[in-house]
Amino acid sequence: MTAFRYRVTINRKRGLSDPEGATTRKALQDLGFISVESVSFGRILDLEVDSSDAETAQAEVEAMCAKLLANPVMEDFTIEAVS
Amino acid sequence: MTVAVVVFPGTNCEHDIVHALDLAGAESELVWHTDTDLSGAMGVVLPGGFAHGDYLRTGAIARFSPIMAEVERLAIEGTPTLGICNGFQILCEAGLLPGALVANRDLAFICKPVHLRVESTESILTRSATVGQVLEIPLNSYEGNYVAADLDAIEADGDVILRYCDATGRSDETSNPNGSMNAIAGITNRGRNVAGLMPHPERASESILGSEDGMVLIESFVASLTVPAT
Repeated sequence: MTAFRYRVTINRKRGLSDPEGATTRKALQDLGFISVESVSFGRILDLEVDSSDAETAQAEVEAMCAKLLANPVMEDFTIEAVS
Repeated sequence: MTVAVVVFPGTNCEHDIVHALDLAGAESELVWHTDTDLSGAMGVVLPGGFAHGDYLRTGAIARFSPIMAEVERLAIEGTPTLGICNGFQILCEAGLLPGALVANRDLAFICKPVHLRVESTESILTRSATVGQVLEIPLNSYEGNYVAADLDAIEADGDVILRYCDATGRSDETSNPNGSMNAIAGITNRGRNVAGLMPHPERASESILGSEDGMVLIESFVASLTVPAT
């Protein structure tokens, strides 16, 4: 078995209310950073998964995201293999 | 058992709802989240609090507590199932109610009485109320901001049962305390037997608490209780 490492990034779906993002965007604009169009808050989870191969490990992480780590009603997620 | 009041680690409003149910004439029993049997329950309440510390997302971990398979079974069978505040968040996470709850628009924890307008009486929470009735009930939440991708379908189906409003019953941005889409404070499912709301009706159940407006909602729930199939 090998340990595979992944970085999962979870963000609010575009178009749904993101009060932290909207507040931070306004603060940036108030400071003169008028170029900022949008800010989206998310969370990053670093996972280490023990598995026989990378494909199985990646599938496991996808299942984890779909079942618990992200709420498909309001969030999107991306999975990135970390070396 | 009559009403099962589910207690998760971090639930903190269970005794309040037990008391309010008692005032409305219903017996209830506290059930720990690791239990797996709710046979005999005529109704289920998921009370407010911070189940599992609200880690990851509100309700995300509670939704997989062992008792939830039984809560889902009963809800699908038609048993009256009510989620208050954190309980509402758990029901949304479990997919028993549409939508989700995110941080309040102004990023502030809101703890104050708010006005709600009854939008529909076709639910276990509002059947004893009247459409247009205005209730004053405390709100006590940080993640009370209702969002849904399929808002038009929710509105078209008449799933919205309570909307934030002012004391006269008018609903606009200034009377929306937390930024909820369409000022939604409470919703029901298609089957009308599952309902959730962010404000706390049990905290407005006696005059000594400053308002008895929550009792019509508690009484609606009690009037909806069903005798379980044996």
